[in-house]
Amino acid sequence: MRRFLARRLAHGAAVIFIAASLSFLLVHLAPGDPFSSTLDSAAISPSVKAAWRAAYGLDRPLLEQYLRFLGQLARGDLGPSLLQPGPASAALAGAVPNTLVLMGTALILSFVIGIGVGSWQAARAGSGGDRVAGNASLVVASLPEFWLGAVLLLVFALRFRVFPAGGVVDLVMHDSLSPAGRVLDRLRHLALPSLTLALLGSASIARYQRAALLDVLPQDFIRTARAKGVSDRLVLWRHALRNALVPTIVLLGLSLPTLLGGAVFVEQVFSWPGLGRLAAAAFHARDYQVVIGATIMGAVLVVAGGILADLLHAAVDPRVRAQ
Amino acid sequence: MTQPALLTVSDLRTYFYTGAGVARAVDGVSFTIGTGETLGIVGESGCGKSVTALSILRLVQQPGRIEPGSRIMFENQDLLQLDGAGIRRVRGNRIAMIFQEPMTALNPVFTVGDQIAEVARVHASASRRAAWDRAVEMLTMVGIPAPAERANQYPHQLSGGMRQRVLIAMALIMNPALVIADEPTTALDVTIQAQILELLADLQQRLGTSIAMITHDLGVIAEVASRVLVMYGGEVVEEARVETLFTEPHHPYTEGLLHAMPRVGRRQERLAVIPGSVPPPTAWPTGCRFRDRCAYAWDRCAREHPPLYQIGVGHVSRCHLADEPERRTARATAQVSPAAQAAVPGGGA
Repeated sequence: MRRFLARRLAHGAAVIFIAASLSFLLVHLAPGDPFSSTLDSAAISPSVKAAWRAAYGLDRPLLEQYLRFLGQLARGDLGPSLLQPGPASAALAGAVPNTLVLMGTALILSFVIGIGVGSWQAARAGSGGDRVAGNASLVVASLPEFWLGAVLLLVFALRFRVFPAGGVVDLVMHDSLSPAGRVLDRLRHLALPSLTLALLGSASIARYQRAALLDVLPQDFIRTARAKGVSDRLVLWRHALRNALVPTIVLLGLSLPTLLGGAVFVEQVFSWPGLGRLAAAAFHARDYQVVIGATIMGAVLVVAGGILADLLHAAVDPRVRAQ
Repeated sequence: MTQPALLTVSDLRTYFYTGAGVARAVDGVSFTIGTGETLGIVGESGCGKSVTALSILRLVQQPGRIEPGSRIMFENQDLLQLDGAGIRRVRGNRIAMIFQEPMTALNPVFTVGDQIAEVARVHASASRRAAWDRAVEMLTMVGIPAPAERANQYPHQLSGGMRQRVLIAMALIMNPALVIADEPTTALDVTIQAQILELLADLQQRLGTSIAMITHDLGVIAEVASRVLVMYGGEVVEEARVETLFTEPHHPYTEGLLHAMPRVGRRQERLAVIPGSVPPPTAWPTGCRFRDRCAYAWDRCAREHPPLYQIGVGHVSRCHLADEPERRTARATAQVSPAAQAAVPGGGA
């Protein structure tokens, strides 16, 4: 197991390096640079433009810039943000925790809802309830994040005012709240954005879970369990589900990148100051360092998701653990 | 049949309602099993023997259904009338099953100790600790070396023979009155097969359990059973004591099965086979269901569905030859035997 983990980590480091290099190449290949919008005007003299570009090393050959970037990266430094004061890593450090909270909550919710609904369906496959849930999950799975987010916002924040419309905390009240009140305030702000992401994720997880259980239920060991006198409920939730979790858990690893993609839209809708919102702003402003940093964070999440899926897979399936 | 009947199955009909029509997999089967007795149930694939076994514990899955009018009396109650909780109290507790696929009959994600202990936890509401100890004890009883370590292992870490022993331990942990063994040795190689049969016979002696041994292998029947039920086309076609069946089989299907059986010490160039195969259960032939494959069949067999004729004490056969025995002798003198005819001389390697 330890050797396996070491190999996976080395592999992950390689993936992150490649992602960093590719994103470096792509942002520099894209037309324009951080100063195009502000300096590319006839009123500004070429020497001023050149001076600014030189100040950030943008006049150097691409290879030299790349090597310098790698040197900085090795020291954990991404370089200065071109959009906001301070280093790019500080901007990222402010945004990443918010995104992790959002994604983590959404991930847990989506698996709880998805596994629950999918198992419920499989237990009564072919019934009216199964068909209704199946059609509903198909519809939800095909909704765009920003649309579902906007609808939830309209209904629960504007029409019924149950949840706040955006942000991580109540900017006015938060600091004057009691510790418990602050936690509640955070949870209330987290509800709509995480639910948006979770509903979309859970729809496809439910479909996977239903199919996986229907594969397991006709198997011989399920009949053995019934022949032992185990109740139908326990046969489903203990004997069948544990086996049917294997394909769903593989999905967990794969869903992290999708979830991050969804978070970009959801953070926009709910003004959630996370990685997605930061990256979107950085793309517009050609804030090279932040864009690259956000890409690296994305790659880290993908790699972590893969390793997490493998560990969970080993936890539920002893046959995998043995290898 | 001196023992009191432990299980009495009467007119059991299990039909499957499929898109291709109604498959009458078990079609009016009646038999009894006495206390401490081993009943062999034998037949080809598709004859209804496994569905009969599953029907007893009501484990037949959709689209299968046990038809009204069927009765399965066990310990003074009709198993078919019990509610869900009632039948679950019987399963694994009073009647246990041993399945034929040791590779797939165990849950791959739980340790074998857990799976055996689960039975005690369900039925005796034993504590986790007590159930586990009992499971280890059972592993010892079925002859698994280092049982305490084995209990912590997963099915994929055990050999086929070991897994079969685990299934037996699981079946016997509640000391059931009846064990239904569905082809318990089919997936095992011959030496392991013999060990498992010996183990079952030994445990039966010690515990006084009744056994229903379901198999297509007459060799297994000869070894363990005292009475035999031969099934064909979802029906019982012959029932006799095991010695009677092997020395004086009556039904042509039983004859065919015996001819198809390899025997040590008897040189046979090639094993005889019963021509054809079991017809699909959605379309049993009218009259006798075996007639298409029978060497003796005559017009009456197509017209009239044979009843179970009494041949001797505890010996019945579903064949019109019981009524017209002269047809058998006529045929036997005309040709040597249908089996000898089917055998090709010099075909052996």
